Amino acid sequence: MNDTAKTSNASRRLGLLGRLSRSRPTQPGETYGVPGSGETRYLSAATVIGMLFAWWLITTLGWVAPLFLPSPQAVIHAFITISENGFTNTPLWQHVLVSSARMLVAFFFACLFGIPLGLAIGMSSVARGMFHPLIELYRPIPPLAYLPLMIIWFGIGETSKVLLIYLSCFAPIVLGCSAGVRSASIEQIHAAYSFGATRWQVLRHVILQAALPEILTAMRIGIGFGWTTLVAAELVASREGIGYMVLTASKFLQTGVVIMGIIIIAAIAYLFDWAIRYLEHRLVPWKGKV
Amino acid sequence: MRLQIEDASVVFPAPKGAAPTEALQNIQLTINDGEFVVAIGASGCGKSTLLNLIAGFLAPTSGDILLDSDLVQGPGAERSVVFQNHALLPWLNVQENVAFGLMLQGVSKAKRYEISDRFIDLLGLQNFKKASTYNLSGGMQQRVGIARALACDPKLLLMDEPLGALDALTRERAQELILRVWEDTGKSVFFITHSVEEALFMGTQLIVMSPRPGRIAHRFDLPFSRQFLQGTPARSVKASQEFIALREKVLDIIFSDQEML
Repeated sequence: MNDTAKTSNASRRLGLLGRLSRSRPTQPGETYGVPGSGETRYLSAATVIGMLFAWWLITTLGWVAPLFLPSPQAVIHAFITISENGFTNTPLWQHVLVSSARMLVAFFFACLFGIPLGLAIGMSSVARGMFHPLIELYRPIPPLAYLPLMIIWFGIGETSKVLLIYLSCFAPIVLGCSAGVRSASIEQIHAAYSFGATRWQVLRHVILQAALPEILTAMRIGIGFGWTTLVAAELVASREGIGYMVLTASKFLQTGVVIMGIIIIAAIAYLFDWAIRYLEHRLVPWKGKV
Repeated sequence: MRLQIEDASVVFPAPKGAAPTEALQNIQLTINDGEFVVAIGASGCGKSTLLNLIAGFLAPTSGDILLDSDLVQGPGAERSVVFQNHALLPWLNVQENVAFGLMLQGVSKAKRYEISDRFIDLLGLQNFKKASTYNLSGGMQQRVGIARALACDPKLLLMDEPLGALDALTRERAQELILRVWEDTGKSVFFITHSVEEALFMGTQLIVMSPRPGRIAHRFDLPFSRQFLQGTPARSVKASQEFIALREKVLDIIFSDQEML
């Protein structure tokens, strides 16, 4: 028996627990002991395909009633039908567009107000003292809890919908940005001062630049929170939107349409996230390298 | 240029219950034009506090710091600092980092790149102008840090253990480079180090500091950097009887402080 066979025998004897508890020696070019290292693409693809297959299998064998879980084919069929005929007399693309527009407007304003407020909270004890408690107080409240309040104050029009999404984006953006202010090292700040920088220049050319990766991360987290609130925002008196579509379909027990709507929301959210990550890649290539 | 520290003391307020810390006590120091003053001492002796005082990051509890008979009242470009961990700005490339101080002072783009290119050449960075700083080696990053501080055209260059993070071989090369740059530019330098050999080799004046309270315990005039600049190889300078004798003397002083810890 040669050496390789012996080793593989030994590792087989260790079993799954043994392999989890000790790391294999690395191949040249890898680093020993890095947590979570290794290629995941194939495993991820296999997981998704496996899920779809299980879904298909369960529904085809009739283990679950279509009312609870329609088959993948039925969901695709729902997608094709609604793409062609629309849903409640509104074309699918319009539902998508309306929801995206609500998201974008809310996200835009959350960034417009949230980023400067977050930076101010990080930068000045006055701003921190005034605004931090307010943000911390409303942040953990589920948006559904203050939805009625939004409706009482702002009616059932677009304002309350956009505002609800806005509020769920706003808190993580503010908190992320206020933490990002601390990204610049004290030496970087001292260096700028020792080259004759004014306070404003240090803020503009050092602190803000160093905070950019965290600002972008805050935006990513913020928009994620926004998407989670979309359906809640379209709960009341909507006539369009993906969230509205999902809610209406559920009332008529069109489970296929519900699942299709969920998949569309996931896809758009993923697209938004990808766009911000692309921005990150372009704007802060130095992230994590210093 | 003439920097004078007149009887400066720094007392840090006490944490609850403890006695206040006298970080520096009655410091008298003059740095004349073109001088290379090196500070050395056991940790806690107040070297960095002294540098912060000169840089203007810290105000003395009593006493004055005068630059050409003007009171130092905060940081300024005539006293630019080189840091141990270089503190470069990763979002700027090498050239932009070197030109950073000039940009802050509102120098036009063409002018500031003209000036910074001179220091990029002086520190041997001409092939890395457009490189990202985080892709450079530690020695290269520190060269950028030095070029960046020099580009501000300071009257006094403050160096806070600039070579502390470099490996031993790079460090000796960097010492020679800094001495050549010092000769070329004629700047006055205040330099902190933990290495006795480096201190003796680089300085024209050495101050050995002692802790608790931080004070200047000994002063030495040093001939070695001039010997090197006049053509004696660095290793011969460092191997000379005179150098070794002084090195042992300074080490004795520092170790006797260290044992008190």
